[in-house]
Amino acid sequence: MERAIKEEKRVFMTGNEVVAWGALAAEADIMYGYPITPQNEVMHYWTRLAPKHGRKFLQTEDELSAGFTTIGGVLAGRRAFTATAGPGNILLQEPVSMAEMMRLPMVMAIMQRGGPSTATVIYSQQEVNLTTSGGNGEALRIVYSTATHQELYDYTIKAFNAAWKYRFPTFILGDGYQAKMREPLVMYNPQDKGVEMAASEPFVGKEGKFGEGREPAHLRNAFSMEEELYEVVMEHIQDYNKITPQIVEYVSLGCEEADLVIVAHGIVSRAAVAAQEKLRREGYRVGFFRPITLRPFPVRALRKVCKSTSKFLVVESAFGQLARLVKEALFGLEAEMDEIFMPGLGITSEKIIGHVKKKSELKV
Amino acid sequence: MSASETTMPKSWRLETKPHKFCPGCGHGLVLKVLGQVVDELDIQERAVFGCDIGCSLLAWDFFNIDSVQTHHGRTTPVITGIVRANPSLIGIAYMGDGGGYAIGSQHLVNAANRNDKIFVLLVNNTNYGMTGGQMAPTTLPGQITETTPYGRDVDETGSPTLGPEMVAAISSETAYVARGTVSNMSKLKKFIKRAMENVVAGRGFSFVEVLATCPTNWRTNARDTWKFLDEDMKKYFKVGEFKTLPTEREE
Ligand SMILES: Cc1ncc(C[n+]2csc(CCOP(=O)(O)OP(=O)(O)O)c2C)c(N)n1
Ligand code: SF4
Ligand SMILES: [Mg+2]
Repeated sequence: MERAIKEEKRVFMTGNEVVAWGALAAEADIMYGYPITPQNEVMHYWTRLAPKHGRKFLQTEDELSAGFTTIGGVLAGRRAFTATAGPGNILLQEPVSMAEMMRLPMVMAIMQRGGPSTATVIYSQQEVNLTTSGGNGEALRIVYSTATHQELYDYTIKAFNAAWKYRFPTFILGDGYQAKMREPLVMYNPQDKGVEMAASEPFVGKEGKFGEGREPAHLRNAFSMEEELYEVVMEHIQDYNKITPQIVEYVSLGCEEADLVIVAHGIVSRAAVAAQEKLRREGYRVGFFRPITLRPFPVRALRKVCKSTSKFLVVESAFGQLARLVKEALFGLEAEMDEIFMPGLGITSEKIIGHVKKKSELKV
Repeated sequence: MSASETTMPKSWRLETKPHKFCPGCGHGLVLKVLGQVVDELDIQERAVFGCDIGCSLLAWDFFNIDSVQTHHGRTTPVITGIVRANPSLIGIAYMGDGGGYAIGSQHLVNAANRNDKIFVLLVNNTNYGMTGGQMAPTTLPGQITETTPYGRDVDETGSPTLGPEMVAAISSETAYVARGTVSNMSKLKKFIKRAMENVVAGRGFSFVEVLATCPTNWRTNARDTWKFLDEDMKKYFKVGEFKTLPTEREE
């Protein structure tokens, strides 16, 4: 495939444009999509770029179709993806459950908007529950929560490679702020950076004749017996658990000697890092922990943090969706949980700093 | 009867025969014709067969053709996605009337309207077979089903969906649209062959609805099954071609 990005370059663009470029650089062949704000411009840029680079696009009738046509693209052996948000993410969960069951490496970018329902088209972190565990199964998917445009680019490329390497549906979880704001980043050709590009291959329509090195594919997802299903699901779970250490990513700052650890993900982690640095400078013993993969969750790393401190402040633009994952990870350990939950609202470092200082004063 | 009508199609998978449909079920007859057409057009290795959830799911290992079971109503987009990504493949989306006209109707309408180069083959048995015989969009007026125990009341639940008529009205000039019946296998074969040829030629969207039997849920013996298929259903569902090359039309 012709390289979309010939040489490394510094650019200044919106997050939606970054995802389109990231998908190009990741050698995505085809996008299927349905309009929804704040994701629209992923399609707008893709439809402008795709024909110039021999890639394709199909505008579908809804996100069920966007998801199932993406599955079709994957079955044909193409690096296929879609992008959506909010109510579209809900519809997408049906095809994702099929991809989990049949180990189909579909890739999707989610730009979270306010919920529930149509709510706002602007911003939130309220699609964590849905994106990490939205199906009628065991949530065997990979979810990367990005914080910067550079990460949107890096993790879009990584999402395609992780999906095709491990064969689990993979999400890039952004939000409306990341989608719409402009920010500098460096775009590059992943091969030049030594990124291993996982090969894609067809599930159906392979080359060759039956009986001569090719057998007809029979791909099923319906089973007649409980035991049959159990065996298949347990195999997937074992695979998922085995690859978890290779996939899990997180950032941990100053947690070893901290009285309090601020936990945040995605764009909110930028405010959290800024708050942690400022508080440190002012003498507060504060650490910072950020899961990059929300699925699989960095359980081991967070439990290790809990050995040095047992106080956590979870900060998120949702009402406890990240906190639920944190509590689950820390189950059985002694931990004290504080929270800043602001569904659908942006969170500043000042807000976090003020909260921490006030709580500290109360203690004195 | 010619040899091709008495022997198994080459594209059938012998290990999975006899098949899993109930005795007297129309699905097996439709799939027999489909297999014959795949053989005649010599496309076994380029075809991709997608089956819906419904009794069509039983066909996931019916053929020696690349096959994929999808979700209820979602076979059309899966096959669309495959063929959009790799247009050299021949996509067949196989489904029931519930899958095509109820839960998946938006996909059927839009694939037809976009003129996707796929073949949608839909089995009309006037009910939801797999789930135990509830009303389908195609259930006849007055017909008793599990969810219309006193007979389908058209004032409350509408009249039988006329699928090919609808698809013909919204599809492009290069589409192929027909309704066949398992009570006339040679005509059904002609329709399915033309539909497949239309797709193989990359001309346009192809759609065939087939009037088919479901004696299990109809609770009919052989004679009443035939009567329901060939008399009652035909009162509402006109067999023939609705869109084809003008030179080929057959009523
Ligand atoms: C989303 C969803 N809703 C409901 C079902 C349950 N379901 C399975 S098959 C079926 C109806 C099948 O009827 P039809 O499509 O007419 O096929 P038939 O069995 O009659 O051939 C339904 C409702 C399902 N599998 N998925
Ligand atoms: S329930 Fe009806 S449609 Fe299903 S296999 Fe039996 S006869 Fe065929
Ligand atoms: Mg039916």
